[in-house]
Amino acid sequence: MIRQRLLTLGSGNSSTNSLYSFRYFTSSSYLCDKATIGGSLGSESNRTHYSSEKETHFGYETVSEQEKAHKVKAVFENVAKTYDIMNDVMSIGIHRVWKDIFIQRLGPGNRTKLIDVAGGTEFSTNQRPENEVEAMQQAASESNPQPPKTYENTLTRSVLVCDINPKMLDVGKERSKTILTHCQRNRIDWMEGDAENLPTIPDNSFDAYTIAFGIRNCVHVDKVLEEAYRIIRPGGRFMCLEFSHVTNPAVKWAYDQYSFQMIPVMGQIIAGDWDSYQYLVESIRKFPNQEEFKSMIEQVGFRFTSYEDLSFGVATIHTGFKI
Amino acid sequence: MLPYTKCVLPVILYKSTNVTERFILPAIQLRTFSKNQSATFGNEHYKQLTSIQKAVLAVGTGLSSFFDPTRAESIAVFGEVTAEPALRYIYEQMLSDPEGAEILREKPRINSKTVEIERLAQFSSDSFGRAYYDFLHSNNVTPDSRLPVRYIKDPELAYVMQRYREIHDLVHTVTGQPTNMLGEVVVKWIEGIQTGLPMCVTGGLFGATRLKPKQREKYIQTHLPWAIQVGKNSRPFLNIYYEKRWEDSVEQLRDYISPLLNKPPK
Repeated sequence: MIRQRLLTLGSGNSSTNSLYSFRYFTSSSYLCDKATIGGSLGSESNRTHYSSEKETHFGYETVSEQEKAHKVKAVFENVAKTYDIMNDVMSIGIHRVWKDIFIQRLGPGNRTKLIDVAGGTEFSTNQRPENEVEAMQQAASESNPQPPKTYENTLTRSVLVCDINPKMLDVGKERSKTILTHCQRNRIDWMEGDAENLPTIPDNSFDAYTIAFGIRNCVHVDKVLEEAYRIIRPGGRFMCLEFSHVTNPAVKWAYDQYSFQMIPVMGQIIAGDWDSYQYLVESIRKFPNQEEFKSMIEQVGFRFTSYEDLSFGVATIHTGFKI
Repeated sequence: MLPYTKCVLPVILYKSTNVTERFILPAIQLRTFSKNQSATFGNEHYKQLTSIQKAVLAVGTGLSSFFDPTRAESIAVFGEVTAEPALRYIYEQMLSDPEGAEILREKPRINSKTVEIERLAQFSSDSFGRAYYDFLHSNNVTPDSRLPVRYIKDPELAYVMQRYREIHDLVHTVTGQPTNMLGEVVVKWIEGIQTGLPMCVTGGLFGATRLKPKQREKYIQTHLPWAIQVGKNSRPFLNIYYEKRWEDSVEQLRDYISPLLNKPPK
């Protein structure tokens, strides 16, 4: 039943979608000309400005904003190849359940235009297409007694995966080759971009904006939220899955012990990188708690905001609507 | 410069594990030092581990080193986490040898900044320096690839570990062993017998299981017996101040350490 609910993301006729179409950042624009798209921390005028004086936190360390941006980039370059394995090991596979629930809460329809920011290795997006074939057939047989989707229909893009780090995107593209079918892959677009500044994406372009375990690593969380508000169309939905604070004291103690004792050790053993995983567990503690983050989302303009704790608050889904 | 004897009444804490207290203070009583203080090892990358972390790290890196011997950082971490008892033994051994004590006093480092590698190429073809240069070039390695020690608290022992890591290529040069699996296993046996470091012992034992049949033949017939003999009957490799011996002839150096080194297995 759940699988059938995860409907296709296939677009209908392209003519009706011209207003919301994101065809002009299809392959030609973003694959060929990285300079016009918000790429890595470059010196172009349309890049987000990371101050070298203002200070912020990098885990428990205090660094300048520019340094944080560089360090986060280095962390994700180092972990990209073993990112998915490490996620499985650290969360004992539970992260798959969280992402499944996340998508279920979103409930994407067959015309939903979705942007997955900090999508990187693109695990969340991959989850949905796995069920799409069945859902497609179901939808086709129920609503439209017509022949199966034509080749043209399957070519329309419906998901844009955006990440600031090209190495993470590369890993995602490699994974999608093995996990998704050709038709499903065609419906995914890839883009290198900074979540705080997406100048090539016009206002009101997307029905849904998801960011899973990415917002914590951004230097200016409020700017990410503002940009999200801008590019979501009226009526659209913002969804964020992120590590958050555990309130239950017993669980908190166990979680802290596990985080600080085991996770960097596993990072060293599996990925050969203690420091990146030390950063990861520290950055979770530094991120605002559920209520604070909810009010940050509200301040930007989203309404009907709410949050749902998963696993005692180890992960939380925050959501808001642009209404 | 006249040497002077430092009058120290050490409070020897018999239960202390701190090397400075157990070995250096008594050593100061017995030896005379020059006015120059001994150099200190920064140990700036030190990261404290709890016992659970140490245990898990030891097991985990041990397994990952076995399954993928090309992962240098995994082997290095395994070495550090399991090294402490052996390091104390090595430290004592170094202190009781004049050349070893000199190394501990001056704490030389081997990397591309401290060793002028291009200059070594100009030495005569039978010199040790030239042999090292040839080794680096033919195996395409650099002395900068050695990771800094992170998990050893005592700076003196951390230096010994760092020194062990940095002279590894020099041991290869002196023993004439290449960096293929067989050569590495042979060097690990020699180092393991001399130092008692668990990573060397396990490296030698378990590394040998990964040898291909032809290499295994050689290993059993000639290389292993030779390695054991060298390990048991040679001067400790850590006691040799290599940086002062670049211009010595390789044969002389090998003879000095152990005559067997001049009769390597084929």
